[in-house]
Amino acid sequence: MAVQAIPKSWYLPSKPHKFCPGCGHGIVLKALGEVIDELEIQDQVIFGCDIGCSLLSWNFFACDSTQTHHGRTTPVMVGIKRSRPELVCIGYMGDGGGYSIGSQHLLNSAVRNEKVTLILVNNTNYGMTGGQMAPTTLPGQKTETSPYGRDPEQTGYPTMGPEFIAQLTPDSAYVARATVSKYKQLKKYIRSALRNQMEGNGFSFVEVLSTCPTNWRTNAQQTWNFLEDEMERYFPVGELKNPFGKGDK
Amino acid sequence: MQRVIGESKKSFMTGNEAAAWACLAAGADIMFGYPITPQNEVMHYWTRMAPKYGKGFLQTEDELSAGFTVCGGVQSGKKAFTATAGPGNVLMQEPFGMAEAMRLPLLAIIQQRGGPSSGTVVYSQQEVTLTTYGGNGEGHRIVYSTSSHQEIFDYIIKGFNNAWKYRFPVFILGDGYQAKMREPLEMYDPETRGIEMVEPYPLIGLGGKIGEERGPSHLCNIYSLEEELYEVITKVQAEYDALAPQIIEYDEKNCEDADIIIVTHGIVSRAADDAVKALRAQGIKAGYFRPITLRPFPQKELREAIAKNGAKKLIIAESAIGQLERLVKQEIYGETAKIETLFMPGVGIIDSDIIDKVKSVL
Repeated sequence: MAVQAIPKSWYLPSKPHKFCPGCGHGIVLKALGEVIDELEIQDQVIFGCDIGCSLLSWNFFACDSTQTHHGRTTPVMVGIKRSRPELVCIGYMGDGGGYSIGSQHLLNSAVRNEKVTLILVNNTNYGMTGGQMAPTTLPGQKTETSPYGRDPEQTGYPTMGPEFIAQLTPDSAYVARATVSKYKQLKKYIRSALRNQMEGNGFSFVEVLSTCPTNWRTNAQQTWNFLEDEMERYFPVGELKNPFGKGDK
Repeated sequence: MQRVIGESKKSFMTGNEAAAWACLAAGADIMFGYPITPQNEVMHYWTRMAPKYGKGFLQTEDELSAGFTVCGGVQSGKKAFTATAGPGNVLMQEPFGMAEAMRLPLLAIIQQRGGPSSGTVVYSQQEVTLTTYGGNGEGHRIVYSTSSHQEIFDYIIKGFNNAWKYRFPVFILGDGYQAKMREPLEMYDPETRGIEMVEPYPLIGLGGKIGEERGPSHLCNIYSLEEELYEVITKVQAEYDALAPQIIEYDEKNCEDADIIIVTHGIVSRAADDAVKALRAQGIKAGYFRPITLRPFPQKELREAIAKNGAKKLIIAESAIGQLERLVKQEIYGETAKIETLFMPGVGIIDSDIIDKVKSVL
């Protein structure tokens, strides 16, 4: 397939996008756009974005899209999918929205095996609000609300999202953790997560490890090192549940 | 549209059951709900009937989710609704705020229970402030305060229609007494009364090829600039004000020669109606005014009722401490009729309560 610089499903009037330089969101949304193109589902997609940095994607795609509230993208997508099962519902959120304020929605929609696809971007902090500690902040990591480093005695250990969702879902669910440092794998996971919904199998969830140089206060090299060394060591990348089996492309 | 009632039929049932039937008769597609007393039977009856009519239901993890799934349902073009009460109504103010911001035509049945906090599971009129002006917005909602099972049925049908016609979230404000007691009503399919149901339509998931036949639909509720938000809110307010005269409903009796007007809403207005009759029989010129829509409020109509005979006094009676009174005061600012109050938070009010109050201030 010919390499296309800009996916057809991107909404050009909203480009260049508004994410910070070095932010990983653009990579995730590029992969998602390419998968939407390849699966030819642009006209069936409902893209729902959370509040937080993910809200900057509200008009990112030339797909029908809706903003929601912080943490509430999951129920909005569930409401749409339950009402119009023919639509392909994609919830896009950060680690705060998914694992903290919206955790009850994530947990229960996983238990109910809701046929929606959720993509959760994990950059270990609340980016939009200025870099506070998130459920995914690494032990010892400094943020605005853990200025001396996250102390697990006080605030627990990072939420292992895909691991706990894998425990809650039946085998028809798709659960994976990707990283923006491995683009092909990221794209493959997102593709599987969408196919799983389209085939009516069940809940589909991809956490994506991503970068936040603005709030990490890191240069390019440090940013990539933090992602590849620190984050990927703590959060294992891979598929935790895949109804398609290992042969899926 | 599917006829579910057939011939109009007299029925004897609880208000919650009447509500479920009304939603069905109104062509509602899907309910999202979470258990809380005293609205539970709305779900119980809906879940029994829904599969027979191809309708949907989901019991969500909490009221936040119930509210937001309803938002998603109406965005996708379906008549979605929920029912709640008390602390559930508190949680739902967040999704109701989104519905206000995005003009989502959801319908919510509120069966008031005692408050604050978990209060009682029984009855009150303490969710007036919350239902009319809850959330971090400007109260761009339509709130019908019903007083009988017949009205629950009638205003649910009207509520779905006005939600989709005017694109404001609609609230059917009942209470635990209306929810749980049985009384007669007549159920009907709207068509048999010449009521044309407004067809819902999608705001997203519009169909057609994007880029060729249409552009993408991007729904938004957050703005980068103060001025953007200002423009949106000002426009919505202007629309709300312009539509208000078409939406406002009220009931007024005996104000032509009234010296004193009893202002009540919801089920308390039934006691007020009886009280006015009794007072009149004793030669006391009492009038009756009842806002049916608490938002928008019939302020012009109440001012006119007062002006008819230059009533010197208003008595506001409610099962709350001044929630209706505050609405009335803000709406009729400048009127000189003295306001007397009968506040009985969380308990019922009967005609003799009102009669005694009237006599004590004459």
